[in-house]
Amino acid sequence: MPRPPLLMAPLFANIDLAFLITALVKIVGFTFMVILPLVTVCVYFERRFSAIIQDRVGPNRVGIPLTLLGFKSDLQILGIGGLFQAAADGVKFILKEDFTPKFVNTFYYWLAPCLTVVPALLTCAVLPFGSELAIADLNGLITALGLPALPSVPVQAVIADLNVGPLYTFAIASLGVYGIVLAGWASNSKYPFLGSVRSSAQMISYELSLGLSIIPVFMVFGELNLGKITSFQDAHGWLILPLWGDGLSLGRWVLWIPMLISFIIFTVAMFAETNRLPFDLAECETELVGGYHTEYSSMKFALFFMGEYAAMIIGSGLAVTLFLGGWSIPFSPWLHLNFVPGDTPLWLGLLHIATFLTKVIGFILFFILIRWSLPRFRFDQLMKFGWLFMFEIALANVLLTAVLMIWVPLK
Amino acid sequence: MATIIVQRPKLAWHEKMFISTLFKGLKITLGHALRTFLQIAGKKPKVTMEYPEEKWDSHLPEYYRGAPALVTDEQDRERCVSCQLCEFICPPKAIKIIPGEIPSDDPWAKVEKRPKVFEIDMIRCIYCGMCEEVCPEQAIYLRKDYAITGLSRQEMVHDKARLYEIGGKRVGLVNKWNELK
Repeated sequence: MPRPPLLMAPLFANIDLAFLITALVKIVGFTFMVILPLVTVCVYFERRFSAIIQDRVGPNRVGIPLTLLGFKSDLQILGIGGLFQAAADGVKFILKEDFTPKFVNTFYYWLAPCLTVVPALLTCAVLPFGSELAIADLNGLITALGLPALPSVPVQAVIADLNVGPLYTFAIASLGVYGIVLAGWASNSKYPFLGSVRSSAQMISYELSLGLSIIPVFMVFGELNLGKITSFQDAHGWLILPLWGDGLSLGRWVLWIPMLISFIIFTVAMFAETNRLPFDLAECETELVGGYHTEYSSMKFALFFMGEYAAMIIGSGLAVTLFLGGWSIPFSPWLHLNFVPGDTPLWLGLLHIATFLTKVIGFILFFILIRWSLPRFRFDQLMKFGWLFMFEIALANVLLTAVLMIWVPLK
Repeated sequence: MATIIVQRPKLAWHEKMFISTLFKGLKITLGHALRTFLQIAGKKPKVTMEYPEEKWDSHLPEYYRGAPALVTDEQDRERCVSCQLCEFICPPKAIKIIPGEIPSDDPWAKVEKRPKVFEIDMIRCIYCGMCEEVCPEQAIYLRKDYAITGLSRQEMVHDKARLYEIGGKRVGLVNKWNELK
């Protein structure tokens, strides 16, 4: 019997294999090998930074445990103690008993931690973490190894180059509230319930000012593509630091005022969105034991933790991309480190990624500093602040930008 | 004397709105952070002592209350006469004494009693020092040992031998049972 013709073959022929592979590498590389390790780095920074703020030393002992192999002391990388604390914490979480109380609604109880982590990780799809990677620069090395040459088209350093990037981010990020609500509801216990109700009210209120605060930014850029926004800032000065290129014009400095207001509102709303102090009404250990994750233990608790920190990283990434130039190096046109589409060498692409990560970590340190400096709001103050101050300022800011742009149009 | 009415400081508008105070707070925390960071980077943290490597022992004050222990006098006689006052005053009931008689052929037979069993349960002990205060013979003292550890409950009970080992010899003061000069 003759073999039937391969009907799938023309279908496969249309698939851009190079695109698929690069997309997969970017997803795995950025989400699981950058964001998730960054979460542990955040936890380490949080512990050490809070320690030095309070005149303590902090966790400084955990290193690579060579003592298990019979060596005399653990290896501390670069002489900085405690870098493996996060790994030790992770192992501890995995080894803890995963206890599910009898009185919970099991399905939703299990669903809630996943619903916290997944949206937090999904949002990183549109973040441009670098400019372009000219992989063709590696061709010399690769052909020497006898492998097929790489395509000459540079790889965009963003998982999905969407034209509605920030909208996608907000749409997915607002799903995060379901994780918290479900956790509080399914736990069937009053402290988690109160925590989750508070948190959902807070997140919904602050999402308004979060969304409104960046409308002036899009009005200035005339653009919703985060990659293009960043390359514009690379050439013409960062949004709130317009110090080179076009940024030295009068128009940019007039528009700098509403941009600064936008930045402040965006940052404050971001704190509220990620349930960080001074807006951590969802947890507030002093009143609600642990808030929505009171009944959770082991890895399920760790998932909430990871989701929270991942949301913080993405939030910082978005703030950095919109206001602080994303991956662009300061004064890049003067230093000749600026991004030229299609003609950026590989080392510069990697330098851009490093710049982006440095800025994100700097922003996270700012998050941590705020957390250990400011006391928590009372709940009614929080709602009042959100609805009667932030929302109005954000709206007025849109109007102000529009009026200013009549006289000083950009582009 | 005329009364002085202390004026409450008037807050400026930016202080009422928490604008300048926000930065003041950040300045304080950041200042602490930088100072401590430089101290740690210079390997000289001033506040924290890293316990197992560095110890506080040389700074312990004279009145420090560590583990209670029994002492002997200059003639190596155990000072305790097992009057059991410490056993009865001990608030957490950590001390257990079984008194014993001193045989008549002993050089210290006139003391009449010494403890046969003297145990202090270091899990119960609260280091209050009442035993030391109540002892008429000045036989029990709180020494400066503070790292009392053990792998079982049994190990945490100090018996007589262990108590004398911690306590050692203490000279002077009680001369009641010594020979008259």
